[in-house]
Amino acid sequence: MSGNGSSEPIIICENVNKWYGNFHALKDVSLRVKRGEVVVICGPSGSGKSTFIRTINRLEEHQEGRIIVDGIEMTNDIRNIDAIRREVGMVFQQFNLFPHLTVLQNITLAPIWVRKKTRKEAEAKAFELLERVGIREQAHKYPGQLSGGQQQRVAIARALAMEPRIMLFDEPTSALDPEMVKEVLDVMKTLARSGMTMLCVTHEMGFAREVADRIVFMDQGQIVEEGTPDQFFTNPRNERTKLFLSQIL
Amino acid sequence: MATEVSRPTSRRAPRQQIGLIEWLRTNLFSTWYNVIITVVLLYIIVQTVTSFVSWMVTAPGWPAAFTNIKLLLTWTYPVDQLWRPQAAMALVMLLLGLSSGLWGGIVRMVALGAAAISVGLGVVAFTFPDLPGQTSLPGWLFMFICAVLLVGGDQVARLIGNKVRWPLIIAWLLAYPAVILILRGGIGLPVVETKLWGGLILTLILAVSGIVLSFPLGVLLALGRRSSLPVIRTFCVLYIELIRGVPLVTVLFMGALLLPLFLPGGESIDALVRAVIAVTLFSAAYLAENVRGGLQSIPKGQVEAARALGLNVVQTTLLITLPQALRAVVPVLVGQFIALFKDTSLVVIIGLVDLLGAAQNIVGQPEWLGIPGGVWRETFLVIAAIYWVFSFTMSRISKRIEDQIARSRH
Repeated sequence: MSGNGSSEPIIICENVNKWYGNFHALKDVSLRVKRGEVVVICGPSGSGKSTFIRTINRLEEHQEGRIIVDGIEMTNDIRNIDAIRREVGMVFQQFNLFPHLTVLQNITLAPIWVRKKTRKEAEAKAFELLERVGIREQAHKYPGQLSGGQQQRVAIARALAMEPRIMLFDEPTSALDPEMVKEVLDVMKTLARSGMTMLCVTHEMGFAREVADRIVFMDQGQIVEEGTPDQFFTNPRNERTKLFLSQIL
Repeated sequence: MATEVSRPTSRRAPRQQIGLIEWLRTNLFSTWYNVIITVVLLYIIVQTVTSFVSWMVTAPGWPAAFTNIKLLLTWTYPVDQLWRPQAAMALVMLLLGLSSGLWGGIVRMVALGAAAISVGLGVVAFTFPDLPGQTSLPGWLFMFICAVLLVGGDQVARLIGNKVRWPLIIAWLLAYPAVILILRGGIGLPVVETKLWGGLILTLILAVSGIVLSFPLGVLLALGRRSSLPVIRTFCVLYIELIRGVPLVTVLFMGALLLPLFLPGGESIDALVRAVIAVTLFSAAYLAENVRGGLQSIPKGQVEAARALGLNVVQTTLLITLPQALRAVVPVLVGQFIALFKDTSLVVIIGLVDLLGAAQNIVGQPEWLGIPGGVWRETFLVIAAIYWVFSFTMSRISKRIEDQIARSRH
């Protein structure tokens, strides 16, 4: 997948601005992400990193600037928004699994209703994905019966079932008990190595160092610094980045 | 995945039961003033209960209710057509039995509740006197048949399994018009005018119509109240607040007196239909608020996850938010149904004879005039018991459903 024109960006954000009332949440955020690239976004809480990745599939509306995802420009046209959402998978901090559906139903719901797959196809794909995230035997349980780590792996499988070109991760391990963080990160690492384009908001610096192609540091609604993990951790240029790193490392 | 690790064995919690004597001493006789209070209250309770029971045993008015049980249950429904209410009930029992076997869980509890009510009424039905020209089955035989249909349906559905699912859902959708058709006649059956309907049948029809018809309306109003379109939202808010601001009696009067003025040919609209419309409009407003409560309890993340997967607004509502919201408010809806079931007794005011109306008429029959003090106490106690059997069963079902929902959450 990554061989397909690796220089061409799949996500283009140009001067994205967003306000909540009078609060300027995103200030001229510009970012280009290439196919197959893994970008980690970090920064202090309230820095706008979650808001930013949520504008990419229009869970948050931006007021100024352009967002182009896989050649489709994000406008108010609901058809464009739906087209983008089909190509972009998202994993949330709170998992947001559907509690009234079984694991299998959670995963097959969107492929059946949005991609118009048959139940048989969708279930075959779902079992394949559950195998990949290592919880095939839980397929007929309800989310409430699973541990946090298992739930988050189901959420990843659910997003992947739509065969997205881009995966967004919004602090996927922040709500997990410490002993469950690793199982989720392992799945994400495998996914990153398979060539998936990924945008991850996370505080897991070990993960960032290991798999990120690029790290973006945000503070107060702006992108303050970006670079390779090596450069970011060993030689940060910006004062705010240095302060942040000194606090978390 | 996890490797075998030896775990410490758990012990049973120590028993914390105390004996009856000790319980009495600590709770009722702990101090001298508690002893006095206990003794005085005990005296009052014993006095009340014994005098009530001795009155119950010697009361002369019981025959009024029991010789008129036909009037209480069906009012003036023609005697030679009484097999039709029985057929309608048998149909419902069969569907309940099949559903119970297919879905189990909550549905089985509802079926059990229906069975319990049937048994309760069955005991009463033993006293059902044979009527001249009777075409219906004797009460005890009919109750036996109902039990067979419930249990048999349950077993059959378990055997056949999922194949009956869609036929059964369609059968339920058709059940309401079918029951009305059986009762009212038309197509081949002699017509029984609705003004002959009454008693418990009328109460049940009003309550069931109210909830069945107000359910879709209420859900639409709840969704409309959360709509982003101002016109729809305003209309829904106005409707809900207007109806919730007036008592049911007012709405019934409006249905009975004003509706004929507004609608062309309104005079000819059946009185029962007008009452059903009024009850439906009234109930829908409350149902809408209950469902809205359920919708508001759904975390925002659910909608976000659904939208992020590419589901559109309609799909998100029908597949994600509404099912969860309805599940959350099932106990409240059952509570509303119980309230509606009892509130229907207000239709007496607009001239319909429901269970309460039938009782009032029986009390006024000339043959009881000779009984000192009249027969109203005994008669109303009997219908209170009927109301109670229904309401209590429904509230038990609701409790079981709540327990099950609480369990399935974790």
